[in-house]
Amino acid sequence: MVATASRPIPVSDNAPPPVRIISRIDIKGPNVIKGIHLEGLKVVGKPAEMARQYYEQGADEIIYMDVVASLFRRNNILSVVEQAAGEIFVPMTVGGGIRSVDNIVAALRSGADKVAINTAAIQRPEFLSEAARAFGRQCIVLSVEAIRRGPESWEALTDNGREQTGVDVVQWIAEAETRGIGEVLITSVDMEGTEKGFDVELVKAVRSNVSVPVIACGGAGEGAHIRSLLKATNCDAVCCASLFHYNRVPIPALKKELAAGGWEVRL
Amino acid sequence: MIAVVDYGRGNLFSLSHALSHIGVDHIVSDAPDDIHKAEAIVLPGVGAFGDAMDALEARQLVAPLRDAVARGVPLLGICLGMQILASASEEFGARGGLGVVPGSVRALPESSGENGMRIPNVGWRKLSVRREDLLTQGLSSGVMAYFVHSYGFFSEGDTIIATSHVNGLAVPAIVRRRQVVGCQFHPEKSGPVGLAILRNFFTEAGGVISISPVAYGVGAR
Repeated sequence: MVATASRPIPVSDNAPPPVRIISRIDIKGPNVIKGIHLEGLKVVGKPAEMARQYYEQGADEIIYMDVVASLFRRNNILSVVEQAAGEIFVPMTVGGGIRSVDNIVAALRSGADKVAINTAAIQRPEFLSEAARAFGRQCIVLSVEAIRRGPESWEALTDNGREQTGVDVVQWIAEAETRGIGEVLITSVDMEGTEKGFDVELVKAVRSNVSVPVIACGGAGEGAHIRSLLKATNCDAVCCASLFHYNRVPIPALKKELAAGGWEVRL
Repeated sequence: MIAVVDYGRGNLFSLSHALSHIGVDHIVSDAPDDIHKAEAIVLPGVGAFGDAMDALEARQLVAPLRDAVARGVPLLGICLGMQILASASEEFGARGGLGVVPGSVRALPESSGENGMRIPNVGWRKLSVRREDLLTQGLSSGVMAYFVHSYGFFSEGDTIIATSHVNGLAVPAIVRRRQVVGCQFHPEKSGPVGLAILRNFFTEAGGVISISPVAYGVGAR
């Protein structure tokens, strides 16, 4: 059917949007590393090879995190991204050590589409406003490392889980949203690397308190973990590292499993 | 010569990489003279409509772009670059666009209920192809592309090639008026599907210098 009027065409199909499956690549120097609770880092491969493999397998997006925030040292994360940009044509997000508008310019110049900001935003929340003004909020992903402090309370950590802040996660994200962010990447430090499932309550609490898309990260060890997370939280995207690095569930198998469960995924 | 218009709004590096990958020789320029000489033009963009028009005006690019369209030069607008093809926008008060595709830009409907799409609408969304077009050749209906937007370009007449659903509304995803086409999504970030759409555009424009040896299965994912 051809639309001939300027009137919007109403459609009956109001299914939930497709779930984004994001591959997270934590980088230290020239290597991809993986830890548990963001500690005890082990080398698991080379960034360029792994990113290309995930792209070819159908990753919907790639997040590169520099765990030591060595943005401008040798073998830095931006050279990794620059290489990837010539062969990977899905969105790429870069985080770890983004502290200034100049850093963001450098990340975008290397081929990133978005930047993930944690430490610098907690230290100086105005940075989010400045970044959103300069690049648009769609470019700014608020990265939050959350550790559970009570039944319904989580503290935000900085510096890849190394520093405490005393900042309440849910309150912080609400404030960040007013400053201008496009998405929230919420990582459970308690579950991260354990492969024992997500902190579903955390994701639920975050998602019900913001209106921007939420990416859940930390704990996926099998497809069932992701299915129960999606069922309980309706989160917009799922971000996995170990699941793919250790080939527990390859991306195509995960997408097939989700599709069979009734979720829409890009196949 | 193929020109990617650089007016300081948006990330041109990804786009430039994707064009190189499919073998399209191009320049990235903000010079009116280059737009005058271009045989095909890509107009990218991210951000706000009025701001983008201001930036084009400040660089004296509005007239060259309109002239190029009048001369029949193929033009591809991407994301905000697609929206500013419109006659007008309601974003932050009424504002005129390039006016080369009839229609206006309006806010996307907010989600109602748990299943709704959050705004900005970020992520991979299905394309419903509504009419045959060279741009979507080889693609099956239902393939997905990567979107990031809070506004939609509701174009008029027989201009809608494909739509995507946002909170119960079919929002134009690909529009065309003669040799001017626009994609609301980012083809340069939409995997093999997006690369195929880019290649279709340049094949039609006669601008594909060489075909990349890298094989990609159209519609495979």
